[in-house]
Amino acid sequence: MAKRRLRVMVAKPGLDGHDRGARVLARAFRDAGYEVIYTGCHQTPEQIASAAIQEDVDLVGLSNLSGAHNYLYPEVCRLLKEKGAEDVTVIGGGIIPDKDFQKLYDAGIKALFVPGATLESITSWIDQNVSPRE
Amino acid sequence: MFTQELLDQSSSLRKKWEDEVKRIVEKRADQKAKWTTVSDHEIKRLYTPEDISHMDFEKDISYPGQFPFIRGNQATGFRGKYWTFRMFSGMGSAEETNKRWHYLLNSGQTGLSTAFDFPTLMGYDTDDPKARGECGKCGVAIDTIDDFLQLVEGIPLGEISTSMTINPPATALWAMYCAAADIKGVPLNKISGTIQNDMLKEFIAQKTLMCPPDPSVKLISDTVEFGTNHVPNWNTISISGYHIREAGSTAVQELAFTLRDGMEYVEDVLKRKGLPVDSFAGRLSFFFNSHIDFFEEIAKLRAARRIWARAMRDRYGAKDPRSWWMRFHTQTAGCSLTAQQPYNNVVRTATEALAAVLGGTQSLHTNSLDEVLCLPSEHAVQIALRTQQLIAEETGAANTIDPLAGSYFVEALTNEMEELAWDYIHKIDEMGGMVAAIERGFPQMEISDAAYKFQRQIDDGEKIMIGVNKYVTDDKIEIPLVEIDDSVETEQIARLQAVKRKRDGRKVSECLDDLKQACKKGDNVMPYCIEAVKNYVTVQEICDVYREVYGEYRDPGLY
Repeated sequence: MAKRRLRVMVAKPGLDGHDRGARVLARAFRDAGYEVIYTGCHQTPEQIASAAIQEDVDLVGLSNLSGAHNYLYPEVCRLLKEKGAEDVTVIGGGIIPDKDFQKLYDAGIKALFVPGATLESITSWIDQNVSPRE
Repeated sequence: MFTQELLDQSSSLRKKWEDEVKRIVEKRADQKAKWTTVSDHEIKRLYTPEDISHMDFEKDISYPGQFPFIRGNQATGFRGKYWTFRMFSGMGSAEETNKRWHYLLNSGQTGLSTAFDFPTLMGYDTDDPKARGECGKCGVAIDTIDDFLQLVEGIPLGEISTSMTINPPATALWAMYCAAADIKGVPLNKISGTIQNDMLKEFIAQKTLMCPPDPSVKLISDTVEFGTNHVPNWNTISISGYHIREAGSTAVQELAFTLRDGMEYVEDVLKRKGLPVDSFAGRLSFFFNSHIDFFEEIAKLRAARRIWARAMRDRYGAKDPRSWWMRFHTQTAGCSLTAQQPYNNVVRTATEALAAVLGGTQSLHTNSLDEVLCLPSEHAVQIALRTQQLIAEETGAANTIDPLAGSYFVEALTNEMEELAWDYIHKIDEMGGMVAAIERGFPQMEISDAAYKFQRQIDDGEKIMIGVNKYVTDDKIEIPLVEIDDSVETEQIARLQAVKRKRDGRKVSECLDDLKQACKKGDNVMPYCIEAVKNYVTVQEICDVYREVYGEYRDPGLY
């Protein structure tokens, strides 16, 4: 039996409105055959975690370019866990200095993509690492 | 433009040249089939007099300081005064930003430009839960006039012009500037500067959102009216293409959407305020991006001046030549910079800055090489500022006015940009104007299409970014990163709470009530904002009134 399509959510936490990357990725995910939900800008971590559960997504892709990732990304992971949805894969992108990577991985972010990452490198990581949740 | 004899000569010589090209290309093919700008606009191998033969010298080119101003607003060009060297800056606390401002002024900068942090930009105070983690990260945090006075400490407000990149809370921050001038004894007719205050491009591109489009435009018309009557040297809007371009638009889209936004503001002030067009048009200013495609940018900037002059004279019946002028600031393209091999960014910025100067900009920000990674370091800012000084004082680029005029290529490209921009402008007219077009998602989706196409072209190697998809190296270049410590947030919250404790709570409520009544009655909010900030009302308290009366706008999340 064919597996169902991946459901992915592209989310923009925080007050940052730089959404070029998020919108380009949402299109790339759609073209890669995923079902895509894009939250739009200015979501709180709480709104993102709740929406991810309500929409029953397999993956959340976070995008922030304001420098607030060290607070916002771990907070989304924490809230998903608190709501019993730690099996949702969370990845992140944006302007993230190398030295922040480990902290974000420790907080539950599974992969980080920074400027220069190709769309293909992101979708192929997802294809290899994420499958539709049971 | 040319005699028939010259055109006949050109045509016969062109045929000879074409035969020669054909012969050579058959032996050795061109490196690629199609040569395009960064916006994917196709460029011909050669331009000739035939490409611009239909132009009318007086109507289409003319002289600097004369209609249609394609050659610049000023008859004297840069000889009387270079463009304003205006570096956008803001970081951490008001105290820290004030220090950077003094550093820049001491380094020869000639105007100030303020970057605010995200809570300030969105109309939230630092102690709001939504502001968590953002304080001072992308600019300076301003909650009350107490912070503002610290920001402008030691700055001669009657002498230096200050630009503030602020949109939904523009009334509140401009009110702080006016109040600060008042407190320091500088009359309002002596202060000069710019508030960005362009909400249409926020809906289209940058997404600093607060209230729906119609009341947002109303607040902008309030500032235009207040400025016209009381602050005559202030630019109450900076109609911005910069962010449209950064969001991934083409050069033509940047040009068209920005100018159509400008027309929307003109129409709103005419309709809502009933001011004569010549009373306010001279204070409208613009802000463009200078991207990496050298000639496309020069053509875009030249076309922008000509389109605006034509629109103001012919569409809106402006009679005063100053109303026909398009005055604009330019910033080099942040999105053209790369995190990889960051020192290459100096070269990109210099090229883009030169294009802006040859396009006749009146004010310029040059990006620092590290801005792709973090807030710029003092050293990186100095290189960026020196880039402008070097173009002005070493290269000779400012010696003569509009040096590329009459180039077959540049004039032809300028014409193409103008024609394509008018096509968009007319299309938006047919939709019922820019607010209606935004509600349909039209400009947003056009930009999304262009941004996605560009990313695909980068991924496929069809367009080149050095260090990203060509000449890639593995070696990591370490550059010092500026970081804003989280203690800035704690200190700012303490500062805000101290102000809240010592202010007169009764006065605060009165000011907010008065502002609310003004909003409900449709009165101009500016006098109420100035009174409010003088009584230590916060940015968020003012914005909460707007949210309550006008409603909140949420990003529809189009892609």
